[in-house]
Amino acid sequence: MAGKAQKLTKTIESRTDNLLEVRDFVLQASRRFGFSEEEASKIVLAVDEACTNVIKHAYQYAPDRTIEIVIQPERDSLHITVIDDGKAFNPSVARLPDLKQHLSHYRRGGLGIYLMRTLMDKVEYKYAPGKRNEVRLTKYLTASEPRA
Amino acid sequence: MADFKVHQRDGEGVSVIDLKGYLDAHTAPDLENAFQKLLTDRKYNIIVNCKDLTYISSAGLGVFMAFIEDVRKNKGDIKLSNMSPKVYNVFDLLGFPILYEIYREEQEAVLKFREQKKA
Repeated sequence: MAGKAQKLTKTIESRTDNLLEVRDFVLQASRRFGFSEEEASKIVLAVDEACTNVIKHAYQYAPDRTIEIVIQPERDSLHITVIDDGKAFNPSVARLPDLKQHLSHYRRGGLGIYLMRTLMDKVEYKYAPGKRNEVRLTKYLTASEPRA
Repeated sequence: MADFKVHQRDGEGVSVIDLKGYLDAHTAPDLENAFQKLLTDRKYNIIVNCKDLTYISSAGLGVFMAFIEDVRKNKGDIKLSNMSPKVYNVFDLLGFPILYEIYREEQEAVLKFREQKKA
């Protein structure tokens, strides 16, 4: 099916107990779009990391702010945008850690950004500090994954 | 929270933590508390059995990073076992097999601790 697929939106409060609901929302949409279980799991984890970053860094654990997750299917790709209005943080320019060195120093930060950029085909960021920040994650269907 | 459980079992010179459910930014503090308790009790030979762990994000992986240095300073280790391929893939993506011993079965990790004790 190459027709215009429907955009899906979910809005949650900025609490970590809402991550489970986000993962389920993204998993269902990824499966419906035609991704394999393995690829759908990667998308789910990347979106979890994006939302966790918003909760930790943009909102600094304030529990009553909002995060909007917009899923936009295109012909051969799925775009997931995570939107907040907190402190700006740009993971697309954050330095990717040298993993071996990072781990050997027992550092625990920065792993989420690394995962997002490893799991997805594209990570883009737009921000207007205090107004609207967007992380846009893109995953392309591979030839072996027929579009549903 | 019923979707994540941490259960501790103590064997001969080894403590086993069983994880069940999903380990993310919401549930990571539960695992932190379990590690903290083990350190307080001076139990440094730790196996984390991941048989029923269905999901892990970087927040969960970060907990292992937070404690491994202290555990090894005290001549102990955190060894992992019984991971599903899905969970192992996340550990692998982040290079954790370089830093942690990961076994198919819990018993293999127990034997490794015994060998290390003899050496």
